[in-house]
Amino acid sequence: MQLDSKIPEGPLAEKWDKARFSNKLVNPANKRKYEVIVVGTGLAGGAAAATLGELGYNVKSFCIQDSARRAHSIAAQGGINAAKNYQGDGDSIFRLFYDTIKGGDFRAREANVYRLAQVANNIIDQGVAQGIPFAREYGGTLANRSFGGAQVSRTFYARGQTGQQLLIGAYSAMMRQVAAGKVTLHTRQEMIDLVVVDGEAKGIITRNLITGEIERHSAHAVVLATGGYGNVYFLSTNAMASNVTAAWRAHKRGAGFANPCMVQIHPTCIPVHGDSQSKLTLMSESLRNDGRVWVPKNANETRKAADIPESERDYYLERKYPSFGNLVPRDVASRNAKQACDDGLGVGETKLGVYLDFSEAIQRDGLDVILRKYGNLFHMYEKITASNPTKEPMMIYPAVHYTMGGLWVDYELMTTVPGLYAAGEANFSDHGANRLGASALMQGLADGYFVLPYTIGNYLAKVAPEPTNTNHEAFDEAENSARELTTKLLKNTGSGKSGLKTVDYYHKKLGQVMWDDCGMGRNKEGLEDALKVIPEIREEFWDNVTVPGKGNELNQSLERAGRVADFLEFGELMVRDALEREESCGGHFREESQTEENEAKRDDENFSHVSVWEHKGEGNKPVMHKEALAFENVTPSQRSYK
Amino acid sequence: MSSKTINIIVKIWRQTGPHAKGNFEDHALKDISTGSSFLEMLDVMNEALANKGKEPIAFDHDCREGICGMCGAVVNGTAHGPEKETTLCQLHMRSFKDGDTIIIEPFRATGFPIVKDLIVDRSALDSIIQAGGFISVNTGSPQDANSILIPQHIAEQAMDAAACIGCGACAAACPNAAPMLFIGAKISQLALLPQGQQEARTRAVSMVGCMDENGFGNCGNERVCENVCPKGISIRHIARMNREYLKGAFAQSD
Repeated sequence: MQLDSKIPEGPLAEKWDKARFSNKLVNPANKRKYEVIVVGTGLAGGAAAATLGELGYNVKSFCIQDSARRAHSIAAQGGINAAKNYQGDGDSIFRLFYDTIKGGDFRAREANVYRLAQVANNIIDQGVAQGIPFAREYGGTLANRSFGGAQVSRTFYARGQTGQQLLIGAYSAMMRQVAAGKVTLHTRQEMIDLVVVDGEAKGIITRNLITGEIERHSAHAVVLATGGYGNVYFLSTNAMASNVTAAWRAHKRGAGFANPCMVQIHPTCIPVHGDSQSKLTLMSESLRNDGRVWVPKNANETRKAADIPESERDYYLERKYPSFGNLVPRDVASRNAKQACDDGLGVGETKLGVYLDFSEAIQRDGLDVILRKYGNLFHMYEKITASNPTKEPMMIYPAVHYTMGGLWVDYELMTTVPGLYAAGEANFSDHGANRLGASALMQGLADGYFVLPYTIGNYLAKVAPEPTNTNHEAFDEAENSARELTTKLLKNTGSGKSGLKTVDYYHKKLGQVMWDDCGMGRNKEGLEDALKVIPEIREEFWDNVTVPGKGNELNQSLERAGRVADFLEFGELMVRDALEREESCGGHFREESQTEENEAKRDDENFSHVSVWEHKGEGNKPVMHKEALAFENVTPSQRSYK
Repeated sequence: MSSKTINIIVKIWRQTGPHAKGNFEDHALKDISTGSSFLEMLDVMNEALANKGKEPIAFDHDCREGICGMCGAVVNGTAHGPEKETTLCQLHMRSFKDGDTIIIEPFRATGFPIVKDLIVDRSALDSIIQAGGFISVNTGSPQDANSILIPQHIAEQAMDAAACIGCGACAAACPNAAPMLFIGAKISQLALLPQGQQEARTRAVSMVGCMDENGFGNCGNERVCENVCPKGISIRHIARMNREYLKGAFAQSD
């Protein structure tokens, strides 16, 4: 596997200009002869489909939901960063770049992150032009807030629904292209294989989720904007259908998978209520701007929060990190919450929770002000928990939220399979080992609106503009293997075999292993154990899973079974990657690599690289390649929030 | 967050396909935690069915945080169930009592053919957006975001409308099966903003025309839509849509 990151030569600030100039262009009259498949309709996929359509390409857009307006980007609450410096508080493109690469604990590429900071401003302009109702000041200018511990106010927002508004913006732009005949929608279609013809991506195999039919689709290039893999843990803040299938099957067809162990665990989620819990709900971390995190000082505390006197409370983030206090980065806040609960200080029925208390803020600013800022979040919290955060503190606990790892891509967002691109959370490129708040929306839209539409032309210009078809034997082979998979998943149906278990049973079992051994804290022993257990669960799954219904009809159990089958393979790769990375960095905390004060200890000498995994066929060990990270414009420093 | 458990009877709609005859099926569920969401209750039921080798009930859902608009069903006669401004996924079992019978049906509207069980086809809503629910601006370099000033109260009103999640409950609840709250919200959002006013003349006429083509009815001011809307969108937006429509219709006859 060759890893050529294709980073342009020259000064950081000029690289993107240089790339755009040296990229080959597709003749405007020829653009209509090219077809591009875009899988996924979140921010990255929606933005890419709309923009490619506007440019004149013929786009085939695929999503598993019933509409292109529903992908999980929609759930992002807090906001989107850009270095507009509208507040005149010292922001700049370089500062946004620096904060993002430092936040990622120096495990991302300088050139990619700098480009992200450069194009971020265009996203805000684009969004406003599309009619996105961003928050405004009285005078009519755009409002900003400080978010996720940033020292400048650079976050744009639309109440607590920024993701929704940006996604609907991209969706509307895409619908305009559907009306113009440039984008064809294929909703309720799941990509189940990538078709590689003579080493290049030339199509996909999908399952029509309504009819169960296996379909072939061809194009000159394929874009995967299929999101992250947080649901490998079963419980996460991801939508129920979020999955790794498209990325994983592409990996099995030759796309390198980078840093799979890099997972962000978000500190402010609503704690688990019981066994029937199906997913976790995030509370925007903007709450930490005014909420104070604490636990009782004594284990076995039984009093209500309000009855515990100040002197018996431990505001542990303020105590341990006096300069950042409650605004420490997500990974630090999460690990400390886990630590408090491991020490027996957790609160709530399950003792897996810590308080997030607004009483002081309400006293200081008044209830009105606090409700204006967080009213919708309080409302959402109360709906789920039946508890009012203005009367008693919220309870929060960390939950799996975002995956920084993903398909390896070069500077042009192309994977190791020529003609196959990955955008948004599905790629690995911009967040390193930890993503900063309000950066996911920024990256998804940057990739979709402003990067991919430029770089894909550089590939297409070298491809003959001949009509595509699905006749090649690679399509036969991929379609057959998709059919075989369905048959294999359904083999126990109606067999009368005893001891069969449902798909969810195995998903939960895998999730527990991942959470325990490859979650907030990881160590060699646990990871090695997981490497033994996961293949056992997988084997049991294939022997004993029951999937009711048939293959040639709408069958949600079968959809889930396919996704869980892939998680069962992918989980093992994550563990392998976590085992290999013997340092702590960002969201990846190896317990063996700590400072004397129990903080994460990065090891730049040995691990300043991206780990890229190559699939070597069923039953064979994958091979790891390294892309070395060079820092020419910033000096990696140990993060300190003391 | 203390929860207890309840026993309930669920009467739920089963239908194998768009043209098949449907029927209600009864399921007795025991020990449902009141802390569970409504959809988690359905998960428990489906898991039990799967364990018996029977086919689970098909229902749409995704984010389970009340924002994607994928879920929805009529519960005891009300779209999204008894709680105000709540999507089905955010409805919790604490809203029900021990011994309750809960009747669950799909969203019913001519424009939403049933696909299977509780799943309906809402692609007509996408068609309506394709007819004009956008501002025609290509990706590129629009002017600086702050060069368009929008007073705060206007931005807030536009945001009230933009909160629509496209779930279709408005059409399902309307006696005329009219998705006018959905359309009104989009037209109103764009009409309030200076960016959207360039195409105001054609947008409303085109979107309403598309609504008619898809077999939906018209607004009769029953206000049921407003009552079931999980985002609390006001029918004032339908009034604004009507104004926009009239303006557009007159402009077209020029």
